[in-house]
Amino acid sequence: MRVTIEVNGQTHESEVEPRILLVDFLRDDLGLTGTNVGCDTSQCGACTVHMDGMAVKSCTVLAVQADGSSVTTIEGLASNGHLHPMQQAFWDEHGLQCGFCTPGMIMASVKLVDGNREISDEEVRHGLEGNLCRCTGYQNIVKAVKAGAAAMGGQS
Amino acid sequence: MSRYMGTAVKRVEDPRFLQGQGKYVANLSLPGMAYVAVKRSPLAHAKILGIDSSEAEALDGVIAVYTGQDLLDGGASFACGSLPCGFTPPDIVTPAHNPVAVDKVRHVGDAIAVVVAESSYIAEDALDLIDVDLDPLPVVVDARAALEDDAPLVHDDVGTNLSFHWPLGDEDAVNEALSDSDHVVELEFVNQRLIANAMEPRACAAEWDPSSESMTVWTTSQNPHTIRLLLGAFTLGIPEHKLRVISPDVGGGFGSKIFHYPEEVIVPWVARAIGRPAKWVASRTESYVTDAQGRDHITRAKIGVNDDGTITGLHVTTWANLGAYLSTFAPLIPTALYITLLSGVYKIPVIFGESYGAFTNTVPVDAYRGAGRPEASYLLETMVDLAARRLDMDPVELRRKNLIPSDEFPYQTPVALEYDSGNYQGLFDKIEELSEYQSLRQEQEKARAEGRLVGIGFSSCIEASGPAPSAVAVGLGAAIGLFESGSIRVHPTGKISVFTGSHSHGQGHETTFAQIVADELGVAMEDVEIVHGDTDRIPYGVGTYGSRSAAIGGSALVKSAEKIRDKLKKIAAHMLEASVEDMVYDQDEGTISVSGSPESAKTFAELAFAVTTADNLPEGMEPGLEETSFYDPANFTFPASAHTAMVEIDSKTGEVEVQSYAAVDDVGNVINPMIVEGQILGGIVQGVGQALWEHGIYGEDGQLLSGSMLSYAMPRADGFPSIAIDRIETPSPHNPLGVKGAGEMGTIAATATISSAVLDALAPLGVTHLNMPLTAEKIHNAIVAAGNGGGE
Amino acid sequence: MYPRPFDYVRADSVEQALDLRSETGGRFIAGGHSLLPMMKIRMTAPNALVDIGRIDGLKGIAADNGGFTIGALTTHSMVAAEGAEGFPAALSEAASMIGDPLVRNRGTVGGNVAHADPASDLPTVFSALGATMTAASKGGATRDIGAPEFFTGLFESALNSDELLTTVKVDAERAGRASAYAKLFNPASRYAVVGACAVVEIGEDGSCAACTVAVGGLTPKATVLESVANALTGNPVTEDSAESAARESIDEVGDDIMGDVYAGVDYRRQMLPVFVARAINAAASRAG
Repeated sequence: MRVTIEVNGQTHESEVEPRILLVDFLRDDLGLTGTNVGCDTSQCGACTVHMDGMAVKSCTVLAVQADGSSVTTIEGLASNGHLHPMQQAFWDEHGLQCGFCTPGMIMASVKLVDGNREISDEEVRHGLEGNLCRCTGYQNIVKAVKAGAAAMGGQS
Repeated sequence: MSRYMGTAVKRVEDPRFLQGQGKYVANLSLPGMAYVAVKRSPLAHAKILGIDSSEAEALDGVIAVYTGQDLLDGGASFACGSLPCGFTPPDIVTPAHNPVAVDKVRHVGDAIAVVVAESSYIAEDALDLIDVDLDPLPVVVDARAALEDDAPLVHDDVGTNLSFHWPLGDEDAVNEALSDSDHVVELEFVNQRLIANAMEPRACAAEWDPSSESMTVWTTSQNPHTIRLLLGAFTLGIPEHKLRVISPDVGGGFGSKIFHYPEEVIVPWVARAIGRPAKWVASRTESYVTDAQGRDHITRAKIGVNDDGTITGLHVTTWANLGAYLSTFAPLIPTALYITLLSGVYKIPVIFGESYGAFTNTVPVDAYRGAGRPEASYLLETMVDLAARRLDMDPVELRRKNLIPSDEFPYQTPVALEYDSGNYQGLFDKIEELSEYQSLRQEQEKARAEGRLVGIGFSSCIEASGPAPSAVAVGLGAAIGLFESGSIRVHPTGKISVFTGSHSHGQGHETTFAQIVADELGVAMEDVEIVHGDTDRIPYGVGTYGSRSAAIGGSALVKSAEKIRDKLKKIAAHMLEASVEDMVYDQDEGTISVSGSPESAKTFAELAFAVTTADNLPEGMEPGLEETSFYDPANFTFPASAHTAMVEIDSKTGEVEVQSYAAVDDVGNVINPMIVEGQILGGIVQGVGQALWEHGIYGEDGQLLSGSMLSYAMPRADGFPSIAIDRIETPSPHNPLGVKGAGEMGTIAATATISSAVLDALAPLGVTHLNMPLTAEKIHNAIVAAGNGGGE
Repeated sequence: MYPRPFDYVRADSVEQALDLRSETGGRFIAGGHSLLPMMKIRMTAPNALVDIGRIDGLKGIAADNGGFTIGALTTHSMVAAEGAEGFPAALSEAASMIGDPLVRNRGTVGGNVAHADPASDLPTVFSALGATMTAASKGGATRDIGAPEFFTGLFESALNSDELLTTVKVDAERAGRASAYAKLFNPASRYAVVGACAVVEIGEDGSCAACTVAVGGLTPKATVLESVANALTGNPVTEDSAESAARESIDEVGDDIMGDVYAGVDYRRQMLPVFVARAINAAASRAG
């Protein structure tokens, strides 16, 4: 099936098999391998991207369902060579170790704070229920998300 | 004065991860690449009567289907060998482990056939079309049951499920000490099966170059050189110099990516057989039934204690579940990394420990973060808590009574190890202060008066890190020495490439090792690049596990830096027409000058270039500036910790809430406090995971009942309060950095701490012990039983 | 883990969706968060998917004289965030406990309800709210099915294969009562080990004027507990009376309890009154 999907501001017209998952379309067809796959039961959130402004698990969306949508992946977050404030905050606060969950964690966090510049520890911890990290113990991720929220200055 | 070491330098590797530019094996795309999928056994134990792959082979897009016999025969590729075991104590039974099963399958997930296809989707379709005729056999999943006379044999040809029996210590002396003790506390318990669940599933890719008859293998490994050695010497028989193994960015390991796995044989085998590059990426479901798992001990322990709280002796018997095959380092974990740790931070006059390693129809078990040491700490701390309770003594007080005094280091334990240095009283002082232990106890008192189930847990743990002196390791049964290599190559412009045999998969070596080299040579960190994970670029490597990278890999770099400094001093002396003895290397400035005349200083870059022009070198000196060292440690290092936690149990549901957690660790000198703190925080959460949630549960039929993230509970962000952490620094006296290793301490301590807290909460009900994980149901049942007057 | 091959067609209207389904014999997909995970592990392999995700008018919540009509394509996030006055608190609460925020952004009310997963949260709440499910079939016909009757068994609903669930309605009477949802989470899956919903009306004298209680998670389908409601109705709602009424749930549910590796049958049975009481207390405090 022919699909048109805007990814990181660029429109892609592709022929895809209906069963291709959005994450595989991004990784294999577009070469955007920043979005990782960490599980196959929609639990881990490593594959989180933004689709039409919402954070979603791209392993549980068919590419054909994203036809006509606008998708942002981790590769599209920095602009003009500047890290997004949330990326910068993860760096500053040591919110990552092996880096595998990081793209999904950051994409989920950007939408989690969504204009809330003073998000609480508890809101962050609950808001990241859908993103697993095995390295950091989450504490520095919580710090990073709060710092990122403040740095985003109420922007979403 | 060091400029970088000891400071929280932000990680230099992060920008690529933050922007989705990590180079994980699964991201690799090679021209003409084919996709490999593995047909796996749905049964835990069965004879393979037949495999019909004709339908699968006929499917559009399928390139080939191979069986275990094809791999053994070789055909158009190599004749594969059995996966070897890298640690073989005396009298060990080591059955064959074919990369793909040929005669029978021995655990759910055992490989039966291999599909190669044009896409990963088609490969999976083809798996469904392979018809395997399996004749089910009786199953054994429990280590102790496996050693009974009538237990089904996992490996018929070796005639036993007992791989080894490993005793250590004077059993008669222990028995005597226990019979002379005022009290003997006895307990039988289980340290449950865990699944590592590194966020990146394993993956392997390979490319065969017929023109040079060489193979490149990309694999998610913590130790690519070890994989190259095993592929070369055992499983594929490709000469080592024709074999390049690359572990690029690896998304966490926790031990599970140390080992040589069947897919590392299958994928290169396929690449040569079909003459195309090939790649396999595990699904998470596959990871659950193929990644080596952790722990799984049944233990019976007895501790002797006198009325005054003095520990008199310890007797331990453990049945360790090895799973269906011996994974690469499996026998090491419940032996030399476990029994030897049973003294903990305490002076115990006599200790006897023994372990029985048993084969079962379960996924192989090997090192998982801590590897043997968490099992030892959990055992000891649980027993010490019980002893304190028997004596009605505060558990911290009892521990303090038995601590090895700071002036008794080096301390020889009764179980082989000699502790290098420690300050356990200092740890206790600091944790009592950080956690406000006394006020926690008062708070608990109040809560108990209100009928609430509030518990305070405490643990003080030791770890033998930085494995290991090669003579000791090989003497115990290791197949290779456990030193590490580190090379420093100074380029003509003074920029530096560093080649380390350690491998970073989250630990941040690209930062800490650059901090070390920059300080040692007096250069800017941005002029230093750390290269790791490629056997063609690194002289040799042992790899990263056992919290060894800083202590061994870092020390190798210090040695190489010393050699560089020595050479530069000679050159500077020659240029300045002074004697070498008079040269001063200023590590802050990166200059060398004649003592007392700083104006004579030559900069690092000037000297580096002088080595390249090579027209004015001292007589007989070779040009070039590159030094390699192989550092073999004199001893293990011994990080220690004291952790506390407060938990509250919902008395109606049995759910546990961790209310506070405090940790003080002594990992020796600290190169990057931010990274060390991160390692400890992550470790703690992983350790709490074992105490409260994680459990690889096998049914009697050998099915893994918690075989996905839907049923195996991973720690999540909302399960924790903010953790308070602090440290003391007691340098290791025997490595040049004074470091001890920080990778595992958090995990080792946290499991024991949380278990201690939960059992403390339940103590007023008369509950003495519950096995982990301390699930709501288990706790609730204990509460109900206590209410019925049953206690435990 | 990838789905088996299938045909994919997209519907722009309910009518077209029904036609396409009968032409293909396939299954409807909206957010796909119940269906795709099952397809990925190849537990189910429809020959075709009819994507209803873009049908106009099926997404959103409309207030309707004190009641509410929830379009089948409304996501859990939307339900969780619904701030309209009088919107049942239990419903927002339960929606906010489904999966995780990312799952809630895609998962839909219709998909969830039609999937009839016993461990899911919404069936329990809709049963307690006495919600009405409207199913459309070819030719413009519609059929109303009340909850809990809609939920007929383990992953089974009263929906026929040629019908499409279009809306879920909560009437003004039930929506006007105070409600709460209490849940014991499975720590791995986040599904309900036990989920209980109470919908309570407190009379002027402070006693319970009307009440419905439903449970899920432990039973093969969402189950309304008449005995609990009967025990509570007419009595003042206190912690003691709630606890005592909740105990009735054990007999009413009887042996109809499922266990798993995380939580056995006995444990779930003992948790049943605990969470029923918690739901009642929370609802009553909202009414107060």
